[in-house]
This record gives sequence, structure tokens and C-alpha cells, in this order.
Amino acid sequence: MALPKRRQSSARRDKRRTHWKLSAPVVMECPNCNQPKLPHRACPNCGYYKDRMVFMPKES
Amino acid sequence: MRHRKTVAKLNRTASHRKAMFSNLAMQLFEHKKIRTTKSKAKAVRPFVERLITFAKKGDLASRRQVLKTVRDKKVVKELFEEVAPTFENRNGGYTRIVKLGQRLGDGAELAYLELVGFEGVRKEKKEKASKKDAKKKKAAKEKTKEAVEETSEE
Repeated sequence: MALPKRRQSSARRDKRRTHWKLSAPVVMECPNCNQPKLPHRACPNCGYYKDRMVFMPKES
Repeated sequence: MRHRKTVAKLNRTASHRKAMFSNLAMQLFEHKKIRTTKSKAKAVRPFVERLITFAKKGDLASRRQVLKTVRDKKVVKELFEEVAPTFENRNGGYTRIVKLGQRLGDGAELAYLELVGFEGVRKEKKEKASKKDAKKKKAAKEKTKEAVEETSEE
């Protein structure tokens, strides 16, 4: 069976991993309550989406 | 050949999927708005819209077609007599999906699936709840409040 001849150096291993990246989520300001929210989703704070209340926010 | 016919399988067997779709459809017609995962919402959407198209046709044969999947005569009656007429001038797109963000616990993305024109906004919600209770012959005011809370939690 084919087997690796040499152990890969840490530099090689790490070079391979340079394309592993995390991207930050896009956050926008809710036009209703000015809290941060994710785009194309109902606002978790006020329950609004596109000028309309989608759900009742939990009162805290 | 089923080449390029992509259907969401949702990690279920065909029968399990079918049962789930019919449950979701029934719940949607009963409550007008359901909260589920985005993937399920997207998968049932065409299924539900097909049932509404049958309901718009309104004859006995199509009623029986719908009863094959929505096994509740009350719900089907409401669908045919109250829901379908409001979609008379709408060619498809009877439902709307509103994304809600991720669920705590498993991180699944949730969404509301709702019938267009039956949006349960505050005021309408009370009317809807009282209507529903009248049908169930429970006209108590406290229960109306509870029903409003229940629908908002859903």
C-alpha cells in the first residue's frame, strides 16, 4: 500500500492551512430599533422585518 | 432518469418525509403561520402551494386530492372556503418565508412559513385567535389571551 515517505514539516502543514479562514458575519442596523441585526432576517430585538412585525419580542 | 432533480431529503426516508410534509402543511393551514427550520420551510413550500392550487380549483376531486395529505376535514374545509378565495388573483407565491436566525442548541436556522395575506400581526392575531376559539366552542376571554400567547410562541 502506498505510504508517505517523509513526515511533512510543520511549515508545509501550516502553509496548507493558510486558506482556512473565518469570515466575520455581516451585521446591519435594524431600521426599526437601530439594534444590530443580520441582513435578510427578522430583527431578534424588536421582531420586525421590512416594516412589519413578524413576532412579538420577549419582554425582558 | 432523475438527473438534476434536486429534492431536499432532510435526512429522512421517503415515508417519513411525506408524513412530515403533510403534518407541516396541516399545521400551516390550521394556524396560518408556523415556525420551523429554514430547510423544512423551503422544502414544504412547493408542496403546500400545490395543495392551495387544488383548493382554488375547489371541486370535489381536488378536495379529495387534498384530503389525501391533509387528513383533517375541518382544516380542509377552512382551506377551501376561507383561504383559497383570498388567493383568487394570485398565481402562485401563496406563502412567505421569513428567516429568523439561528436556534440555540443546534444552530439550525429557523424561519416562519406563513400564508400571504394571513399575517398574524398584533391586532389581527386577536381576531384570529377569537375566531379559532369560537370554532372550538371555547369563547372564554382568558383562553383568547392564552391563544394569542401560544400563536406568538409558535
